[in-house]
Amino acid sequence: MSMKSFPKPSDLQVPPGAEGWEELYPYYLVFQDALKAEEDEKFWFCDSQHWPTVFKPFETIGGEFAVKCLGQYNARHLMIPNANGIDFRIHLGYLYMSPLPVPSEQIAARVPEFEARIGHYFANWDTLLEQWHVKVKGTIAEMETLTFEALPDMVPMADILSGKAKDGSEVLLENYDRLIQLCYQNWQYHFEFLNLGYIAYLDFFNFCKEVFPNIPDQSIATMVQGVDMELFRPDDELKELAALAVELDLAGAFSNTDDPAATLAAIAASPAGERWLARWEEAKDPWFNFTIGNGFYGHDKYWIEHQEIPLGFIADYIHRLQGGANIMRPTEKLIAEKDRIVSEYRDLLDPEIREAFDAKRTLAATAYPYVENHNFYIEHWTMGVFWRKVRELSRMLHAQGLWNEPEDMLYLGRNEVRDVLFDLVTSWGIGAGDPIGNVVWPQEIERRRGIVDALKTARPAPALNTPPSAITEPFTRMLWGITTEQVQQWLGGDEDSESGVLKGMAASPGLVEGMARVVMHADDLSEVQAGEILVAPITAPSWGPIFGKIKATVTDIGGMMSHAAIVCREYGLPAVTGTGSASTTIRTGQMLRVDGTKGTVEILEEAPVVTGPGAHSHSHV
Amino acid sequence: MSNNDFIEFFNGGSEPKLENLGGKGASLVTMTAAGMPVPPGFVVTTAAFDAFMEGGITAEINTILAGLDPEDVKAVDAASATIRKMITQRPVPSALREFTKDAYASLQANFAREVPLAVRSSATAEDLPDASFAGQQDTYLWLNGYASVTEHIRACWASLYTSRAILYRLKNNIPDEGLSMAVVVQKMVNSAASGVAMTLDPTNGDRSKITIDASYGVGEMVVSGTVTPDNIQLDKVTLAVITEHIGAKHAELIPDPATNSLVEVEVSDERRAVRCLSDVDLALVAQLAKRAEKHYGCPQDIEWALDADLPEGENLLLLQSRPETVHSSKATVKPTGSGYASSLGLGSGFNFSSITSSLLNSAS
Repeated sequence: MSMKSFPKPSDLQVPPGAEGWEELYPYYLVFQDALKAEEDEKFWFCDSQHWPTVFKPFETIGGEFAVKCLGQYNARHLMIPNANGIDFRIHLGYLYMSPLPVPSEQIAARVPEFEARIGHYFANWDTLLEQWHVKVKGTIAEMETLTFEALPDMVPMADILSGKAKDGSEVLLENYDRLIQLCYQNWQYHFEFLNLGYIAYLDFFNFCKEVFPNIPDQSIATMVQGVDMELFRPDDELKELAALAVELDLAGAFSNTDDPAATLAAIAASPAGERWLARWEEAKDPWFNFTIGNGFYGHDKYWIEHQEIPLGFIADYIHRLQGGANIMRPTEKLIAEKDRIVSEYRDLLDPEIREAFDAKRTLAATAYPYVENHNFYIEHWTMGVFWRKVRELSRMLHAQGLWNEPEDMLYLGRNEVRDVLFDLVTSWGIGAGDPIGNVVWPQEIERRRGIVDALKTARPAPALNTPPSAITEPFTRMLWGITTEQVQQWLGGDEDSESGVLKGMAASPGLVEGMARVVMHADDLSEVQAGEILVAPITAPSWGPIFGKIKATVTDIGGMMSHAAIVCREYGLPAVTGTGSASTTIRTGQMLRVDGTKGTVEILEEAPVVTGPGAHSHSHV
Repeated sequence: MSNNDFIEFFNGGSEPKLENLGGKGASLVTMTAAGMPVPPGFVVTTAAFDAFMEGGITAEINTILAGLDPEDVKAVDAASATIRKMITQRPVPSALREFTKDAYASLQANFAREVPLAVRSSATAEDLPDASFAGQQDTYLWLNGYASVTEHIRACWASLYTSRAILYRLKNNIPDEGLSMAVVVQKMVNSAASGVAMTLDPTNGDRSKITIDASYGVGEMVVSGTVTPDNIQLDKVTLAVITEHIGAKHAELIPDPATNSLVEVEVSDERRAVRCLSDVDLALVAQLAKRAEKHYGCPQDIEWALDADLPEGENLLLLQSRPETVHSSKATVKPTGSGYASSLGLGSGFNFSSITSSLLNSAS
């Protein structure tokens, strides 16, 4: 075993121009000098799966709410006997995490609480989940009602007559606070079932590993994974719209989808256009509340606001349909294969063990689909509305002269925004003219923009400090694919590694060869050509339409249950996830052999230097 | 390849009957019908032996054997030699000869060039528990040409009258009446690669695995342990490779046409360094082992070979399948976690302590 360590936080070079970066983030999110000894003792891994690029100050909200709420369910709701939450810090713009164990003397006392609590949830799964949908949609509906309008020159006469005695600024302040609270609320709901889904999965996983030693993780995933999932619904809607367009002879209207208004007008002008547009409107709510990002960044683009994205995907599907391709997922085949796998494993067991297998698999198959489906409701729908409201506020404040670019509010922390709002309502209220912020924020934002851009020039370290001899925390292994072997590979201690061969998780079976297409950012997805192998730091659910035309997927980050793994199994494509460095090692144009059954990626030949679109994709990050 | 009274092809589609085909022949026909590809061939049935012996020779033999003293080894040897000479030198009736000639041509038509064959006796009484003839009949390998094959068919027939066989029957009071013999004519396997496969993990009896040992050439060196083969373990359900060790495979046994025998040759460094089976062939071997297990209803230990004379897709052959006895009698791996529910009557029936122990154990 290698005794190597990752760098300490203080060992990492601050990129030139990023000096003073700590001040961009709240004190509790950065490593503290006064806690150095304690913090250096801990092993921190970088979650670049969810946060692949540098946080602008406002964007820490997603990381903070998500990781805090994840932890509360372990530590306070479910009383997981051996796992508290996950401590987290931002360092040089990236998020690092450290799982918190439960002191061994406390484990026993938590067991009865844990069993009673998960018992209630598993026993009432369907009712509680139905209730969850109501709660989550209620939050989103309320969020939609929030408005951020400029304050009027004078209080309306009606308010004088009614004796309202308030100037309306309180609405602005309340709505801002409410927006943040509603976001927080759905992040609490997000984890109500997530940890339970993982617990049920993990229980079945451990059981399988015991009765079938070394059973591939892939087999276990296949046995509990849903085949028809809400996560795939937006993509399925596009496929149906494409098929309808072909049926109604509307394909000609999709020649320039970069101009959505013209495209939709051309459809409307066609004889059967009305029918198609009715279907399009129906699909939009809610399924276009879907981002090509992952919901954690202010720059994420949502279909509903960028209709060129779904229209472009539809045009691509139309093209493939016209070429005779079958664009639908092989659902029936996948279900039949899943049933075969379940019954063959089951038949290998003695009858008395078979009952436990059935019970555990059924529980996991009931609870696990939430892990995949919740994503649409929170990361996509909730966060889509949230970021839209944030931009609405940012543009209103931009119009007051508080910053130079419409969306510059992202360079303020969320609590700094409260100060700005009070600055605004004060200056407006007293009739003083411009807010004080108008002379503070434009320069400060430019300074911060420079720091963020400087931080983006460096990739995060995969981890910090000395790893434990073995990674045992169950959630870390499962959610992030952080295993002892993975950590060793990051440290370069994997002595078996051959040159030109990357190892990762065997996330979806199959062996293919093809040309690499390295995609560092969702905005570069349009460069992907049919038959290529997608290589990316991570993938997101909304990349769905891409999976119909690629041959395989390779990612830097992610385990068996990462998005790329799930989608590739769904599409029957090979996938190798969690390679650590595929996106920086492989270059677009190289020939690859991807073995999703073994978890290896072999670079077969050096690629010629690629110029043109995509050649400089690194700079987009 | 059509069957008749005297000839039954392995893949001829007839219901195998022990009394016509002998133990070995019946088993080869059964395996072929069950999708387990044995080296192709045909059985010369007991009817052929009977037709050959018809016309006085049986009576002559009975006379020679009458009154033979089992303790008089010399006399038994002399009788045996006489009878065997009578059989091997007796011309095959021309009608019968045509049937074997057609069968030979029909079998050879499968290959680009004429291939060596094996001729094995297949006794009808072979599998009887109290009168095992096993190992008392002959097997002739690497036979080239039709003449050699017919010569050895008669040699197999004659092997019913070796001194040992005569003595065995005398001592066990087995009458010679109705004694008959079928003969198996089968392609000699020309192994590009071969080995064994077990339908479980031999280290712990885990039945969800298939364990394969594979090396170049004829499988004898794998079976006898004189080469270190490639060792591959696959998941039985999905056929995913779980572990893989490339063995040294320093030498291989290959047929030497000059001597009609096997010679041991060195394997080049390049071929040693890579797995001797392609991914596709590996999956086919695993599927073959799975089929054998399903057919016989218990874990199997098979011998297989990839035949260089057969086309891709038909070149994987099953040489032998026998029950795995070390582990299959033991219980399968049992989980240590306790308190599994009888059903998922969540809330009342399901015991969450198993989840707790599973979580805690996974962290240890």
